[in-house]
Amino acid sequence: MDPSLLTDTAEGPALLGSRCSDCGAHTFPRQGGCPRCTGADMQDVPLARTGTLWSFTTQGFRPKPPYTGTEAHEPYAVGYVELPGQLLVESRLTEADPDRLEIGMPVELALVPFRDVPDDADGPVHTFAFVRSTP
Amino acid sequence: MSGVAIVGIGMHRFGRTEGVSGRAQAVHAARRALDDAGLRFSDMQFGFGGSHSAGDADTLVSELGLTGLPFINVANGCATGGSALIAADAAIRSGTHDLGIVIGFDKHPRGAFDTDPADHGIGSWYGETGMMVTTQFFGMKIQRYLHDHGIKPDVLAEVSAKAFRNGARNPMAWRRKEMAAAEIAAAPMISHPLTQYMYCSPAEGAVALVLCRAEDAHHYTDRPVYLAAATFRSRRYGSFEVFSPWLALDRADSPTVEASAAAFAAAGIAPSAVDVAQIQDTESGAELMHMAETGLCAHGEQEELILSGATAIEGRLPINTDGGCLANGEPIGASGLRQVHENVLQLRGDAGEHQVPGNPQVGFTHVYGAPGISACTVLTREEPS
Repeated sequence: MDPSLLTDTAEGPALLGSRCSDCGAHTFPRQGGCPRCTGADMQDVPLARTGTLWSFTTQGFRPKPPYTGTEAHEPYAVGYVELPGQLLVESRLTEADPDRLEIGMPVELALVPFRDVPDDADGPVHTFAFVRSTP
Repeated sequence: MSGVAIVGIGMHRFGRTEGVSGRAQAVHAARRALDDAGLRFSDMQFGFGGSHSAGDADTLVSELGLTGLPFINVANGCATGGSALIAADAAIRSGTHDLGIVIGFDKHPRGAFDTDPADHGIGSWYGETGMMVTTQFFGMKIQRYLHDHGIKPDVLAEVSAKAFRNGARNPMAWRRKEMAAAEIAAAPMISHPLTQYMYCSPAEGAVALVLCRAEDAHHYTDRPVYLAAATFRSRRYGSFEVFSPWLALDRADSPTVEASAAAFAAAGIAPSAVDVAQIQDTESGAELMHMAETGLCAHGEQEELILSGATAIEGRLPINTDGGCLANGEPIGASGLRQVHENVLQLRGDAGEHQVPGNPQVGFTHVYGAPGISACTVLTREEPS
């Protein structure tokens, strides 16, 4: 995945966003202009690693290109996760069964494999996802 | 300032027409619209038109006639037709022109739309990891909406069942076979809670409209329909739109809310006066949400309206009387003008088997699409004062 999306924190990897110095609005990924106040003073900021599920759905068929996930399609879920005081981030979810997903459930960031690369010693390609957090 | 009337309508049937290009379908629709108004292309003082994936509208003049008219291409995704109409409305209302044509057409490959993230200013990772998929957006949007308003998902199949019932009564529709709500609900899940038959499909088709100054309308037709308002809005900070790697914590209304309110205000007509409405039903959840966002009903009221039959052709608030996108498919450039075409048929009393009873006087149309745009019209049978 694109390494510029992530940063390291003491708690582990976190998504890297921007925060507007003028109005405090956040974006993900980083961008140079503020979509709320139209200012242009955005600072890099690590996004929260935990949040709550705001909405979700499932992907029942293998998307067309530019999707590059593993050829044999395994249904997956995506959702928006509310990161308190920051924003709602769109992400894959590790749980693909809609009956086991609910709005408001606590989730945390994880890096998960989404594409096998058989001949690559580095192993599968990873992307970010959210997984139900265990209290 | 002059008012604006629609005096000619033409359509090439939606669906799949093998061997006929999108441009040829556009020419067919244009000729039907000109015939309907008793005019020739050489009478047209302007043209506005567009398609998403079937070629440039301004090249249609090679077939329609090289008359030197200003023909301007419009490209606004799902609002292409609406934007062409707004441009025509302004050209006539301002006094720049008296008479002209708008044309929307398209021809898409089968299957879900695939979009390059770069066209939307998004990194390639978004598509590579499987999030650049429009169907997911609709699933997530309706999931949250049902949660916020306490609506049971069962109603989603009823919206599609109505669309196919209306399509079966419309000889120009693509899907003309009725389908039971139970069968729709049991179909393969595309993006939870939406199944295969709750989504419209990319398709083909073309629509053209001939418009003129309201005071000239009776030169061309004995049953003009007046364009009381045509509006367009883009998204605000905080609205929930397709292809959004993130959303703001602040929630703002969809552009639909502002475009609709502006249309009703410009027309001086309340949403409660609408006799027939065509609203964007990219999927069945969209129809449900748009019923309230356009002001046709209150949030949370949709379930009762749909289940009681109020939105059926014979109901008190007939919606998507031609079968909507669900039964006609979505040729992006043509879809918004299809809605206007249907309302003109309804206000003329020419809709045949799918005619709304009781002499409808006021029609409303609404499109919504990427990247967060909405275009609306209010159409009337009486000339606005």
